[in-house]
Amino acid sequence: MRVALFVTCVNDLAFPQAGIATVTLLERLGVEVEFPAAQTCCGQMHYNTGYPDEARPLAEKFARDFAGYDAVVAPSGSCAAFAEHIHPELAPSAVGGTPPVYELTAFLTDVLRVEDVGAYFPHRVVYHPTCHSSRLLGLGERPLRLLRAVEGLELAELPGADECCGFGGTFAVKNPDVSTAMGRDKLAHAVEAGAQFLTAVDNSCLMHLGGLARRVGEQLTTIHLAEILASSTRSGSGR
Amino acid sequence: MSGTFVGMPAFPVAARASTRDAVLRANLARATHTIRHKREQAVGELADWEALRAAGAAIKDRTLRHLDHYLLQAEQQVTAAGGIVHWARDGEQANRIAADLIHATGQREVVKIKSMATQEIGLNEALAAAGITAYETDLAELIVQLGGDRPSHLLVPAIHRNRTEIRQIFREQMGAWGRPAPQDLTDDPAALAEAARVHLREKFLRAQVAVCGANFLIAETGTLAIFESEGNGRMCLTLPHTLIAIVGIEKLIPTWRDLEVFSQLLPRSSTAERMNPYTSFITGTTHGDGPQAFHLILLDNGRTHALADPIGRQALRCIRCSACLNVCPVYERAGGHAYGSAYPGPIGAILTPQLRGLTSALDASLPYASSLCGACYQACPVAIDIPQVLIHLRAQATTRPGHRAERAAMRATRWLMLRPKPFAAAARLTARTRRLHPTRLPGPAAAWSATRALPRAPEQTFRDWWAKNHTPPAPRDTTTPTPRHDTRQQQEGA
Repeated sequence: MRVALFVTCVNDLAFPQAGIATVTLLERLGVEVEFPAAQTCCGQMHYNTGYPDEARPLAEKFARDFAGYDAVVAPSGSCAAFAEHIHPELAPSAVGGTPPVYELTAFLTDVLRVEDVGAYFPHRVVYHPTCHSSRLLGLGERPLRLLRAVEGLELAELPGADECCGFGGTFAVKNPDVSTAMGRDKLAHAVEAGAQFLTAVDNSCLMHLGGLARRVGEQLTTIHLAEILASSTRSGSGR
Repeated sequence: MSGTFVGMPAFPVAARASTRDAVLRANLARATHTIRHKREQAVGELADWEALRAAGAAIKDRTLRHLDHYLLQAEQQVTAAGGIVHWARDGEQANRIAADLIHATGQREVVKIKSMATQEIGLNEALAAAGITAYETDLAELIVQLGGDRPSHLLVPAIHRNRTEIRQIFREQMGAWGRPAPQDLTDDPAALAEAARVHLREKFLRAQVAVCGANFLIAETGTLAIFESEGNGRMCLTLPHTLIAIVGIEKLIPTWRDLEVFSQLLPRSSTAERMNPYTSFITGTTHGDGPQAFHLILLDNGRTHALADPIGRQALRCIRCSACLNVCPVYERAGGHAYGSAYPGPIGAILTPQLRGLTSALDASLPYASSLCGACYQACPVAIDIPQVLIHLRAQATTRPGHRAERAAMRATRWLMLRPKPFAAAARLTARTRRLHPTRLPGPAAAWSATRALPRAPEQTFRDWWAKNHTPPAPRDTTTPTPRHDTRQQQEGA
């Protein structure tokens, strides 16, 4: 099976460690992953902000970049959902031959059929189900099943887990007060749960939550789920 | 405070004040979370909920597709049953027709059943200008009216008020509108309800004219269906001599059989009840029983404009249950007033710009009043894909003035992202200059950095890491040794 990594522009530029962790994890599980270097962005920001004409060529480019692979894996629920659900209606003629785009945890549980990936992460963690990964992709329990299998990890329940964190792409800057209020409530719930780490499958949401936490000096670290799953006993004690 | 929404600021500005109002935030959080959980239970009881939801959407879509036919059928049936049908292109026409009808009765006051359509067109204010006093008889609408306030929720228009505030409004304002509240009124819910009951009873017994809306208008018999909880609607529908109904043209359903679906969808989604306490049906007039004169004003007011839009028209399926408000994290923080119309929350964000157009700063800001989390779509009993319509309306909003800089930025990023080499170079430059990055951003991006630390720029981009650690893709049948990576070395915030 030819598997391509779609790292996403946000991870490429700001959170390479999520991409590195994804590669590490997939290779540890025996998947030879390729990185088509021409890839850039799926166009979600353009489309969701109201610029479909700017997004369309990016959807077409995505189809060209990933043509010929058997599967595309992305460490992002939001970008995977956009490519899976919106690209076909945005650029119907181009997208026909695109392979299925999997969010990382769905690829692990549904294609590789693994839950215990041999990770070790001895910390108290809450999982925030990001809106697009849960409502558009329907990830459901998949990420939780993976987390429960991580050695040493103490999974705490996040109150109001299914509520949006307030990121919402350009919503975060167009409605900064409401966005901030939503994010602070989410952080308060994580702190209430006694978590050291807040994890999710989308670094865009984590960038918002992590930024809010750091600005007020909150002792809570945001971490992409791929990084937890890539933390192995082999490479040390996590953090 | 004015009773209308004219001159409201854009959503983000109005929402800012709400997010800083601790009492409002607490009132809204408590109320929405309570209804939210009750709705989940009420909906969870029905094994065929998703089928009902699909049926509701299908019935509404079919009706809207043949709206011309069903409207004429309804007119014919209402007329045959002794009613008189009036057609109103917009709110102003509807208000004028209503005022003229009331003047013709010689009356100067009317009692009202809670109605979103009359809130939408500002009927009370128009009647006041014509010398007619309209008395709201729904408890929450009464609180809003006495408080000189505006509704902030479809179902619970006074959701932004707590008991203590309601007690104060009753004590200070009831006397100016009729029977005063007792001086020793407490904030016990039963005492507040009793004060309202006694105050309203006078109005019911005196009124000769009532104004109502409708939840549904059944075309095959010309029957209005009114779903309510308090019984005030039943009073208004039976006691006065003249009944004037103002009904949006999207309220039609073809047959009584169709009502079977909606009489399950609406109460469970709205009040989280299996069945609402009072459901009234009115078909024209009956000699010696109920209203002896019945007028139906069919209201367009932008609805045909929405109907012409293949994606936007699904907003006309709405049955005004308010489930989308109760699950919306933006509504919970911004409050209903920030939406600047009778229709707050997610449904308002897609309905108002279609009914009124995207011309005002407020209306143009409404499609952006959402994080696109999708909770509304999930809760909607007629499966309106609100995020889809929001994005569709955003694409219309960006063609209007005021988006030049944003459009240029979108074009520039699209240009760069279509060109991997310049993209990689720009990304590399960003990483190399990481020590020079400011902690606060200028321009529109300041809205990000005002409350959020920027992510620390990594030492290298992912693609640079890949280029250093992976040899170019070799022929697939050769086995390349797996490189070792230390993922921990560059974790954010480490």
